[in-house]
Amino acid sequence: MKCYTPVIYKGLSACKPSAIKNSVLQSEQVQYVIKQLSKEMGESTDIIQEEAIEILDEMGHNLHIGAIRFFAFSLSKIFKRIFQRVCVNEEGIQKLQQAIQEHPVVLLPSHRSYIDFLMLSYLLYTHDLALPVIAAGMDFLGMKIVGELLRRSGAFFMRRTFGGNRLYWAVFAEYVKTMLRNGYAPIEFFLEGTRSRTAKTLTPKFGLLSIVMEPFFKREVFDTYLVPISISYERILEESLYAYELLGVPKPKESTSGLLKARKILSDNFGSIHVYFGQPVSLRTLASGRINRCPYNLVPRHLPQRLSEEIQEFVTDVAYKMELLQIENMVLSPWVLIASVLLQNLPAIDFELLVEKTLWLKGLTQAFGGFLEWPDNLCANKAVTSSLALHSNIVSLVNGQVVLNDVGMEDGATEELVFKQALSILMCGAYRNQLLNVFVRPSLVAVALQMTQSFRKEEIYSCFNFLRDIFSDEFIFFPGIALKDFEEGCFLLTKCDVIQVTPQEILVTERGNSVAVFLAALFRPFMEGYQIISRYLSKETKEAFTEKQFILGIRNFAFQLLEIGSTQCYEVLSSDLQKNALATFVRLDVVKKMKTTNGFTYTINKEALSKTAEMFDSQIPIRKLVTARL
Amino acid sequence: KQEILKWNGWGYNDSKFIFNKKGQAEFTGKRYRLSGMVLPVLKEWMEKSLGASLEHKITSRAFLNTSDVPPSIVNEEFLQDLRATKISYSQEAEDRVFRAHGHCLHEIFVLREGMFKRIPDIVVWPGCHDDVVKIVELACKHNLCIIPFGGGTSVSSALECPADERRTIVSLDTSQMNRILWIDEKNLTAHIEAGIIGQDLERQLGESGYCTGHEPDSMEFSSLGGWVATRASGMKKNIYGNIEDLVVHIKMVTPRGVIEKSCQVPRMSTGPDIHHFIMGSEGTLGVVTEVTIKIRPIPEYQKYGSVVFPNFDRGVACLREIAKQRCAPASIRLVDNAQFQFGHALKPQVASIFTSFLDGLKKFYITKFKGFDPNELCVATLLFEGDREKVLQHEKQVYDIAAKFGGLAAGEDNGQRGYMLTFVIAYLRDLGLDYYVIGESFETSVPWDRVIDLCRNVKERIVRECKEKGVQFAPFSTCRVTQTYDAGACVYFYFAFNYRGISDPIHVYEQIETAAREEILANGGSLSHHHGVGKLRKQWMKESISDVGLGMLKSVKEYVDPNNIFGNRNLL
Repeated sequence: MKCYTPVIYKGLSACKPSAIKNSVLQSEQVQYVIKQLSKEMGESTDIIQEEAIEILDEMGHNLHIGAIRFFAFSLSKIFKRIFQRVCVNEEGIQKLQQAIQEHPVVLLPSHRSYIDFLMLSYLLYTHDLALPVIAAGMDFLGMKIVGELLRRSGAFFMRRTFGGNRLYWAVFAEYVKTMLRNGYAPIEFFLEGTRSRTAKTLTPKFGLLSIVMEPFFKREVFDTYLVPISISYERILEESLYAYELLGVPKPKESTSGLLKARKILSDNFGSIHVYFGQPVSLRTLASGRINRCPYNLVPRHLPQRLSEEIQEFVTDVAYKMELLQIENMVLSPWVLIASVLLQNLPAIDFELLVEKTLWLKGLTQAFGGFLEWPDNLCANKAVTSSLALHSNIVSLVNGQVVLNDVGMEDGATEELVFKQALSILMCGAYRNQLLNVFVRPSLVAVALQMTQSFRKEEIYSCFNFLRDIFSDEFIFFPGIALKDFEEGCFLLTKCDVIQVTPQEILVTERGNSVAVFLAALFRPFMEGYQIISRYLSKETKEAFTEKQFILGIRNFAFQLLEIGSTQCYEVLSSDLQKNALATFVRLDVVKKMKTTNGFTYTINKEALSKTAEMFDSQIPIRKLVTARL
Repeated sequence: KQEILKWNGWGYNDSKFIFNKKGQAEFTGKRYRLSGMVLPVLKEWMEKSLGASLEHKITSRAFLNTSDVPPSIVNEEFLQDLRATKISYSQEAEDRVFRAHGHCLHEIFVLREGMFKRIPDIVVWPGCHDDVVKIVELACKHNLCIIPFGGGTSVSSALECPADERRTIVSLDTSQMNRILWIDEKNLTAHIEAGIIGQDLERQLGESGYCTGHEPDSMEFSSLGGWVATRASGMKKNIYGNIEDLVVHIKMVTPRGVIEKSCQVPRMSTGPDIHHFIMGSEGTLGVVTEVTIKIRPIPEYQKYGSVVFPNFDRGVACLREIAKQRCAPASIRLVDNAQFQFGHALKPQVASIFTSFLDGLKKFYITKFKGFDPNELCVATLLFEGDREKVLQHEKQVYDIAAKFGGLAAGEDNGQRGYMLTFVIAYLRDLGLDYYVIGESFETSVPWDRVIDLCRNVKERIVRECKEKGVQFAPFSTCRVTQTYDAGACVYFYFAFNYRGISDPIHVYEQIETAAREEILANGGSLSHHHGVGKLRKQWMKESISDVGLGMLKSVKEYVDPNNIFGNRNLL
């Protein structure tokens, strides 16, 4: 049996999970809320205390070394079976090991699959590192035995929504902070909040992050390390599941039997996984000079306190920074390039041409700073072939032509052609999307060049700014640095000889034209998707609608367009894109979001809509959004 | 008095730490309990904790080189006027340099190796209140700058002359105003000239059976007027109170005239207390000349004590409980583990085998039998005062509380040594300076719930900053809780490091001290509990007392001293 002796935090006061629960319950923070609630609701504190205990039990982890050994054993079997290899950056592990001893550590992995946290715990275990406690969604709890096993291997559970429940919030926050403060174990959670179905990094959630940052703000700890972790899959386990989900086939609830059904996955091959542990980032360093200390000095530290605007802004910045770091270290497989090329050459592309274009894209990706994993020992032909083989469920090679498969429902029911087509395109798109994270800045410059049909830098920038704003729910942009993003995009394009930048003008070079076209085409599905949605909205007649109605409506609308062939933009069927677009329109005041007794409803501001639609549709020069000083 | 004091270090000429011929540390002189004793483990401690080595020594120059000293520029008309008043004065270089500084590290460093850019041009010694009035009038007439000087123990750069001051700087030395003018036994007050030095005051009052009970660590050298001007705090404030609790009446000479109250009453409601404009004014408004202060009969009985705690957290919890029950002894202090070990380094050579055997036994009992980790445990030192019976009763109460927090009584001797160290520790810095070790102390006050976090974070910050600034040896960074209040505590930090290999140690030192202060403020601590602001901590004043608060103080200064005669530029 493996001897497991992880290094621990230097300030650790050893204690059992039950002791943690107790100290959470007795903490001033929780007791304060209990008293408050008891006063407001007129109930005795005992009853509320009971409630708090229930919450804790429902939530609490229960780290058992036995469970971990069991997990490690079975996981190693399973992983070996379905994955070709798992690559980890060793120096990242060493830095993490160092960090764990110095200060409390928060692990922030990207979230693409259920495998993420199993894989991470497994890796930490095999590297003799302290196992993290993990904030996982409650849906896992529904899985009978597995839920308990997860709990015993360090997961603790949070309800997906508990905004209104003050007791829950207090107990949960205190639970996390207690573990953090006494250095019980690294805390792990997903900034993205949920698995990204599209492989694009989701915009961050701030709740948990602000909880783990609070002990530092209040100086209950000297510092906290945030460790961005990028987990990249050559083939995502849930790829087809995600595509169905995006198309509106409801997601199966997590259940143990569902997991057993997934057994057939075991016989499949999912390629390799790359886990990259980023450099631990010191929260103290990030905060230095940014936080006004006064608010925390003038109120007792156990009182629940609204975050000041300054702090909120800081938390937001940190969240985006961490996600950008995740993106930076995401490993891109050859298949990502192939998928990108393929999607621009539907329905079929000659194999030789595909190889050639993939190689060309490889060069471009590297120039843009993409972290590419290319099998050095293989010739390009073989690399592409093996990628195609790995993803044979999506593509196949027919007579020297590479084509997308029609992915059908398992039960063989005849689906509409559109649906089948959409499934494979969305699956393929999920891989292309991995490239978009890296390409978004230069590409949006290319799109802006195309849209404005102008050389004037100012005009191009204002168009870029418009696009960046529109797509800020779709891609990750650090808040408030549009100009810097623009300059970075221009820099990368200049570096690749695509454009020439003078103080006033931006000119596309002759050689660069094809690159610019490719880059713009990469984002075409999003451009077109948003256009279609704004067209749909301008036809919408209902006074007010819910998100559900919106999604159904747009889906039917798009289906029709696709059936008659007036668009090829299958990706507009993705509920992810639809929701992001809705959020964007809300942000731009095109759609108004209102709270009602049962959820939110939306109404359209026609005037604003037509303006935005105009900007999208047209080659009409875009009015100046900002007067940028370039 | 100047003659018996060091010109370039702390305290008396005859008292200092040296390494004797056998290479053992020794404290010279006869003034302290430690005087004349050999300290066998100090050398090892310095080597181990600070990386200092006897081979790397730098000696300060032995005498002041008077040719380096900036010349005295005094207008002849003023001198004539001054002579007419018959107040004694001096323009000698030694006298002027002696009054150009306090005891901040950088000031001592300059004395040892360089020269101040600006020093007083002339020193005057008024003999009484009226003399001060005359000097201030003359200063107003000739537009001079006055910097009052009491004991010269400032640690806030308060005595440093502003380098760009173009007017003649007059150092107004209050040391000749040192008489007790009267004692009022019915009201238990005494009226005293402000130049009197702490130990003289206590000795002279003692002759009549009284004391003030005000004992700041600097009381051997600091003056009554200085205490008032900085809002001083005394070790035994739990019984006697801090300076603001002790003072009944103050007389201060300002350019506008003399400020004082019309009666000597325990309390009055006549708008904001004008004493609070004076206390903490740090010489920016005028010269405190006479003070009426409360006195108490000398206590019948004094007893030291000490308690060992398994760790610092438990110790703080115990002090908090004692403060809560309002049963703190005259003094209670909690030193952290590093300082506890440092205290051991200052243990004198043991006289007999029997005592060393006893020491060993004690150590065995605490570490092995009680399971205290020698690298975790910490010690509280106690001083009880009062009627014998009450003291014993009080002592029991405190030890009972301590026991609830895992504290073990550790004997009178340890307690007494703890307090004695307070007085000699200041001498130790001079020894360090000879061996590339620079150090300083600083203090703050903090609410109870943040004491532990603040102590940990500040110490850690110091260690981290040292590392970042290229200090090659881990610094000595330690703290103690020195006062308890209802709502919080006063915390005192010592910090020293070995600067071998660093080209500009003072600059590095200042950066680290600034970082440490930032850390204190971020942890909810104050800018200062009793050292004052001076020029050293001015940068944080606005943040500490708000724009409006600073404006209020400025407008007072504006009215009292529109021409900035008291131009030491402290505080504001």
